[in-house]
Amino acid sequence: MPIRARNKKGLSMLKIDGDMTIYTAAALKDELMKHIVKPCEREIDLSEVSEMDSAGMQLLILAKREALRNNTVLRLVNHSRAVLDVMDICNMAAYFGDPIWESELGKK
Amino acid sequence: MSVNLDQALQTYIAEARELLQDMEDALLRLENEPGDADTVGAIFRAAHTIKGSAGLFGLDAIVKFTHVVEDVLDRVRDGKVAIEADLIAVLLESSDHMLELINVVAAQGRQLDTVAQARESALCNRLQAYRAETKPVAMEALVSVEEDVPLTVCNKDGVSSDNWHISLRFGQNVLRDGMDPLSFLRYLGKLGKIVSLTTLPDAMPEAGKMDAETCYLGFEIDFKSDADKAAIANVFEFVREESLIHILPPHSKISDYLELIRALPESEIRVGEILVATGALTQQELADGLNTQKAGAQVAGNSMPLGKILVDQGSVGQEVVEAALVKQAQARDSKNKESKYIRVQADRLDELINLVGELVIAGAGANMLAQRAKSVALQESTSEISRLVEEIRDSALNLRMVQIGETFNRFQRVVRDVSRDLGKDIALHISGAETELDKTVVEKIGDPLMHLVRNAMDHGIENSVLRAQRGKPEKGTLRLNAYHESGSIVIEVSDDGGGLNRERILAKAVEKGIVAPNQNLSEQEIFRLIFEAGFSTADTVSNISGRGVGMDVVRRNIEALRGTIDIESKHTEGTTIRIRLPLTLAIIDGFLVGVGKSSFVIPLDMVLECTEMSEQDREALAERNYVNLRNEVLPFIRLRDLFDISGNAPRRENIVVVQYAGLKAGLVVDGLLGEFQTVIKPLGGIFEHLKGISGSTILGSGEVALILDVPTLVQRAVAEEDRQHAAA
Repeated sequence: MPIRARNKKGLSMLKIDGDMTIYTAAALKDELMKHIVKPCEREIDLSEVSEMDSAGMQLLILAKREALRNNTVLRLVNHSRAVLDVMDICNMAAYFGDPIWESELGKK
Repeated sequence: MSVNLDQALQTYIAEARELLQDMEDALLRLENEPGDADTVGAIFRAAHTIKGSAGLFGLDAIVKFTHVVEDVLDRVRDGKVAIEADLIAVLLESSDHMLELINVVAAQGRQLDTVAQARESALCNRLQAYRAETKPVAMEALVSVEEDVPLTVCNKDGVSSDNWHISLRFGQNVLRDGMDPLSFLRYLGKLGKIVSLTTLPDAMPEAGKMDAETCYLGFEIDFKSDADKAAIANVFEFVREESLIHILPPHSKISDYLELIRALPESEIRVGEILVATGALTQQELADGLNTQKAGAQVAGNSMPLGKILVDQGSVGQEVVEAALVKQAQARDSKNKESKYIRVQADRLDELINLVGELVIAGAGANMLAQRAKSVALQESTSEISRLVEEIRDSALNLRMVQIGETFNRFQRVVRDVSRDLGKDIALHISGAETELDKTVVEKIGDPLMHLVRNAMDHGIENSVLRAQRGKPEKGTLRLNAYHESGSIVIEVSDDGGGLNRERILAKAVEKGIVAPNQNLSEQEIFRLIFEAGFSTADTVSNISGRGVGMDVVRRNIEALRGTIDIESKHTEGTTIRIRLPLTLAIIDGFLVGVGKSSFVIPLDMVLECTEMSEQDREALAERNYVNLRNEVLPFIRLRDLFDISGNAPRRENIVVVQYAGLKAGLVVDGLLGEFQTVIKPLGGIFEHLKGISGSTILGSGEVALILDVPTLVQRAVAEEDRQHAAA
């Protein structure tokens, strides 16, 4: 299972492990949808994402959009280098609005 | 590309090598028929594709050089540069250099060494002479619809932004096709600076309908670069067909932007906002533009389809649209053609062949048990299985068969270059190019053939003065021919040159101490001397051949493939060197014979007939080793004596008549055990020098049988007979 889920006082915490690429996208999407079906405050830890491409990016966008639709909070945290690279190219920082990686990007 | 880079790169390298080969063939063709537009097109496409894909992998060195070549080719295609010998020469050298670039930069990931770099700049200088001062624009017509042509609706000046504006909506299938939009953006970044970029996931449907493998992304990019439009368009070459791509040059007209806004799938307001936000348009420009558009629409009275508007406005000619359609159809055709082939790694195929080999052995075992069990039903089913196994074996081996034509064609270039170096006029004629043989054999035959061809050109074909004296046409002819003959493939290299000089070869051999002065040699044996190590009769040593290395290497290479060479030559008329090679190196149809307790396999293709040894012949054994076969002298070898097999010969012995290279001989054996599918297992190193045995195989019973090396045995029998004949 590439996604590990925990619940902490109503906060849903997900951690994605491994590649977020076209090869894993279909399976990952199904799994992700299962986890985010319930609207609540949610955090996705991306520290273990080893590789990411457009398909992976689309999944993050999808998760964010679902959260916006339900008016809940979705935070992406601990972006790995692979995720930051893609965020950088796509210029999606503002869209996700997660603060931490402004500084991370600065390091690059 | 982050998606499986390694594999994709390997594919690119393999394809680039093929394309370069095609390019070289086409260039050589062009030399003979300079006016052929298809050939020019093929060369251009080869260079173009190599450059495009190199860009995808970020192989800048390849892109840089290929771009220059492509530029020249483009001008050739437009008829701006005439095709002449010097141009072809420089293009051929350029294609060599590109191959080196592929081998060094793409395959090994290294930089070119200084020698190669010097060559590159020299080539660039020579190519520069054919390049125009202004950049060519011909290819833009195929890529874009926004040409810089006068517009009728809007005569306002260009927008203030001095950046390119690129709108991308990737096709839904790009991810599935193994391409990642991000890699295109990364590559774009190499051509200039991405000033701003907006990702548009608007096309993505709601979660339930969203397919994770479909690409929904679009990008609006402002881009600062000195590159020309063609170069930018080329970045997206591979997704062009199914994606929506608009490229607006700096200071494009407002009307161009309005068209863009209309053409994009998102709402006009959304796109307008993005364009303003990214800085492509100012708010004022957008507002003015929209007003003008409204006015224009009122005049026209209604809104028209985009394509029609474009044509009416004169922004894109009808012929451009048609050309784009034709181009798309062509691309589709070539895709169909590609899909008929499938690339398989050679070692996977070898594994399959190995497994089939094991299957053959296992099948033989089952067959034997079935016979022993004397169950008719079981025998029937095993024989059905062995029939199928045989078919599988044949088709598995067929997979590895390739036509020799490709190997032959390489020599067009060699002959061209070498004949120039030598100052001789030589034409190459190829026949039997469709003859098939095992891929592993093909790979190994290239070098020996190269030696033979060079040798024929250097030593074989005379200079024009001598040819004139001998009453031969001034243009020398070299022929490569291939055909199948009883389980072998025969490859001929022949020339109409001076032929071999028997006396000189013999004198040289005596001088070198290879043969004794009074040794009596047949013509074949004398010719064969040229394959001895350190033998060269050329009076002068050139850089092509004549140093006496080579020919013995040729012989050893051929022998390593279980092949043989023979030579036919007439002084002043020409020489034909004939190489005979087995069709495959893995499995053969064998004929199983027994001597004492041992079993031997004779390749079935070489067996002519079997006959019983008559009492009369047996009695005469002591004094002669030939029999009278229907009034023909047939020399024979007793395997019992040859391999020193213990035990007495049974009362009845058989002769297996075998044939090789036109010679017949008999092999005397105890028993004939029938046909047997033989999986050839190589012999270990210590048996390498064993004469008369070419390999081993495992019988169904688990016993080992040796495979007889018929060519050697036949030669031995014939030589023995000759000797006795001479002595008598």
